[in-house]
Amino acid sequence: MLLRGTQVVEDADGVQHTTTRPVSALCRCHRSATKPWCDGTHKLLPDKLRP
Amino acid sequence: MDLPRARGAFGADLFTAMRAGDPTLLDPSAKPEHDEDAAIALWALYELHYRGFDDVDARLEWDADLLRARGALEADLETRLRSRYESPDLPDVASTDFATAFFAFVEEHDGASLAAHVQTRADQAQVLELLRLRSVYHLKETDPTAWVVPRLPARAQASLVELMYDEYGTGDPRRLHAQLFADGLAACGLSADYGAYVDEAPLEVLEQNNAMSLFGLHRRLRGAALGHLAAFEASSSLPSRRLVQGLQRLEMPAAMSRYYAEHVEADAVHEQLAVRTMCGSLVEEQPRLLDDVYFGAFSCLDLEDRLARRLLATWGVAA
Ligand code: FES
Ligand SMILES: [Fe+2]
Ligand SMILES: [Fe+2]
Repeated sequence: MLLRGTQVVEDADGVQHTTTRPVSALCRCHRSATKPWCDGTHKLLPDKLRP
Repeated sequence: MDLPRARGAFGADLFTAMRAGDPTLLDPSAKPEHDEDAAIALWALYELHYRGFDDVDARLEWDADLLRARGALEADLETRLRSRYESPDLPDVASTDFATAFFAFVEEHDGASLAAHVQTRADQAQVLELLRLRSVYHLKETDPTAWVVPRLPARAQASLVELMYDEYGTGDPRRLHAQLFADGLAACGLSADYGAYVDEAPLEVLEQNNAMSLFGLHRRLRGAALGHLAAFEASSSLPSRRLVQGLQRLEMPAAMSRYYAEHVEADAVHEQLAVRTMCGSLVEEQPRLLDDVYFGAFSCLDLEDRLARRLLATWGVAA
């Protein structure tokens, strides 16, 4: 999922993250090392775990 | 930057004529001696459209004799690239969602990995060599795709410029990707001067760079240009992470890691933009370009595979 402009995302622990780039991709597979942002990790997952 | 070193008689004559400012000196029937002679000649002719050379008159950019020579070299390169490419089953591709099919194609054509070698095994000298070779492109990162902007329909155009805004630093020259790479080079004790290492570049690096200029400078090949960009972005995020780990393992300067760390997250976004919005909307509006999008993507992955296999072989590592 892509977010545009400055936006604030709240993660599961209630911590707020502000976007730092013009477009940001939200991690939906829950496995990113840079959560809440996608870092491409989803590609390493078996098909059924991919968002 | 001055003209690079010629790699054969064809390039030597061409560069002499360029330095003299007199392309009428060229023999119109002259042919390159071999692929490397051709590749450095074409690279130099393309360079006239980017930053040019201190020892060549800037007016030669649009000289008819040079453009004719360039055209012949480009035709050879395009024929060679197309001969390596095998179209995917296009009706099949057209019946699946474009992004799903495209991401699967990139995964299937993922070749030998320099990043995996850097991550776990490369020594410093090998990494420095790789950085010098990468500098030929990374110091003009995204420039070849910038030519494509005025040649696209609105949706593809908007998304390409959105991606480029990020590549060009979102208005902050210090965040320009080419600048991040230059900072990394300098921190590693390498030259950050544009084109400094082109004389070291093997054929594969020159072909990678020439293919991007070929796709970027011909409106006819806009599909290939976007397909190339999309494949590049879609094969960058995970390798960038491996490169960060390799640079840290070797305790190399943080400024260089920063360039690759930026690409882990940036390219996870860029691949979505490039595949879904940019190429997706382009093939929807101009379906005849579908095969060229795949041609560009294949060329990107195949040229990287060729370079990786060459370097790994020189370093005595199995691909
Ligand atoms: S969606 Fe989780 S890393 Fe991409
Ligand atoms: Fe970049
Ligand atoms: Fe990118």
